[in-house]
Amino acid sequence: MCLPESGKHLGIAEALREAIAEEMARDERVFCIGEDIAVPGGWGGAFTVTLGLEKRFPDRMINTPIAELGFFGVACGAAMAGMRPIADVQYGDFLLLAADQIINNIAKMRYMSGGQVTMPLVMRAPVGATGRGSQHAQNLERYFTGVPGLKVVAVSNAYDAKGLLKAAVRDDNPVLIFEHKLLYGSKGARAEPGAVDATSDVPEDDYTVPLHQAAVRRAGSDVTILAWLLMLHYSLQAAEELAAEGISAEVIDVRSLSPLDLETLGASVRKTGRVVIVEEGPKRGSVSAEIAASLLEECGEYLRCPIRRVASADVPVPFTPVLENAYRPDVPRIVETAKTVMQF
Amino acid sequence: MTTPQILPATPAQQPAACGCDQLLALYERMVLIREFEDGVKFLFLEGTMPGTIHQCQGQEATAVGVCAALRADDFITSTFRGHGHALAKGLSVQELLDELFGATTGCCRGKGGSMHVGNMAKGMVPGIAIVGGGIPVAAGLALAFKMQKSDRVAVSFFGDGAVSEGAFHEGVNMAAIWNLPVIFVCENNLYGASTHVSQVMRDTHIARRVGSSYGVRAEQHDGNDVLAVYEAAQAAVAQCRAGNGPVFLELLTYRLTGHSRRDPCHYQPQEEREAWASQDPIDRFARALRERGVIDDPGLEAIRTRVRQQFDEAVQVARCQPLPSVKELTSDVFA
Repeated sequence: MCLPESGKHLGIAEALREAIAEEMARDERVFCIGEDIAVPGGWGGAFTVTLGLEKRFPDRMINTPIAELGFFGVACGAAMAGMRPIADVQYGDFLLLAADQIINNIAKMRYMSGGQVTMPLVMRAPVGATGRGSQHAQNLERYFTGVPGLKVVAVSNAYDAKGLLKAAVRDDNPVLIFEHKLLYGSKGARAEPGAVDATSDVPEDDYTVPLHQAAVRRAGSDVTILAWLLMLHYSLQAAEELAAEGISAEVIDVRSLSPLDLETLGASVRKTGRVVIVEEGPKRGSVSAEIAASLLEECGEYLRCPIRRVASADVPVPFTPVLENAYRPDVPRIVETAKTVMQF
Repeated sequence: MTTPQILPATPAQQPAACGCDQLLALYERMVLIREFEDGVKFLFLEGTMPGTIHQCQGQEATAVGVCAALRADDFITSTFRGHGHALAKGLSVQELLDELFGATTGCCRGKGGSMHVGNMAKGMVPGIAIVGGGIPVAAGLALAFKMQKSDRVAVSFFGDGAVSEGAFHEGVNMAAIWNLPVIFVCENNLYGASTHVSQVMRDTHIARRVGSSYGVRAEQHDGNDVLAVYEAAQAAVAQCRAGNGPVFLELLTYRLTGHSRRDPCHYQPQEEREAWASQDPIDRFARALRERGVIDDPGLEAIRTRVRQQFDEAVQVARCQPLPSVKELTSDVFA
């Protein structure tokens, strides 16, 4: 990963907050719209990302009723009329309430208008199982990666979070950004048990991260491990363990979930001939299914063995920690699966 | 089924502040919509036009009366039944017909079709064919106008069916709490597709419900009286431009054609249809214009002939317009 020599060390929540503030300062068309995002004495959204921004931008932090369908529609209309909204849900699960506006209007309006409409709209959604039971836990990526007209990215560290959000704000298309609750690094009352360190050094200077590129996080030669969000971090831990056993794993942050960066993914597969895809969320109908099928088409002839997936069981997310931990792929399962493909 | 609200047989048509030219322009625009819809229906039944259609014969006064109160740079959102709104907002017969024929010269380059006609340069968002979907979008347009410190207004057209959607509640409520410059125009034609309003709401006086629920000015008007609609819209526009939006207008009207292309309307009782047919907004306005001496019968006939000729010429052109090349399948997905 590209780490600058000077700058500051931030968590994802702080990095997103900086990105939002800098983009709002740079471009007065940018505004935020969402629930509990601009309440003095409040939390700055569910995970502190917008904390305090209402002091700096009192007219551009639009705190909404609990009305996801409505305010995603409002964001859609505002984007069409020349604004550049950043709309967020408190939990990714609530995207389903806004799905009509996202899928039928936001994603399609440019196409069905024959190119007349421009829809510069950023959407943010926290996902991941975190001790909250079934409805504040789903990984929603699968439901949106197949929607034509949407760009979908997932952020796994603070450097990317800031750079991808800035790129998304400057893009003239709708971009849906998935964030993971265990990666925010939120502090105080919003801190999450089980959180993983996703902090990065972040440069002082303005920068963006391209929306359509995967990132090789660890180079290797024996097996390609593809993951994003929390699973990327687990995969990097697995790669350490595999290295201790003499297996060289290349770990790639898929990052751009739609469109997929098949060039970067394919180059790795051509090198290693072995693929393990790790995904939090049920295996059936998953993003990893799309990645596997795409790789078979792109470079299947380079595979030495079947593609393996480490994903969740095909069940709703359970509450009790013993079951939730069984639901979420973990480091031992990733290691074990990588060893399985090494037998070929 | 409850008795439909039948309008008085001789409405008080007051030309008010309108000059003769403006009155005739309103009339001609309504006739244009009627001729367009009747002509398009023929083309569909004849089988030369692809797709499906949802038409607005009988509802011309709502579209024309409201849009006459708007500026070119004001915006409207419409529905799957949007041909009348489009013509009222200033889209040309040609760009609409071309779109319906799937030609690349259509207002949406053939990618939208009947349910998604629109022209951003003329202030019409492509039709939103999911019931209620345009209501929060119009609130969003209005939020943008307010943030941009512009005095533009947004209008959302929708039917009585949309009132039952969650998007209606969410969109109207947000517009109300933020004082947005948006006018919600509910064209109450008594039926959501084939289902009568009395089957889906206990209190069918929609304006009363909205006024008491959301704290906004909400009025019910005779939607088949183009001048009543125009005056109500003018007042609503003025209120919105002054920063005191939103306004809700319920316009009582009736669909004199099927919900979609092959609907014979067996659910509309015959006496109800006849009663409303006698309240045809074009006939009523013609009577009023004649009675006030604005125009005589030959003059009215000349307008209809001119409009019909305009439509027929546009059809001849539309039939020969180029279709998109197949490579356009994948363009216009992203900017």
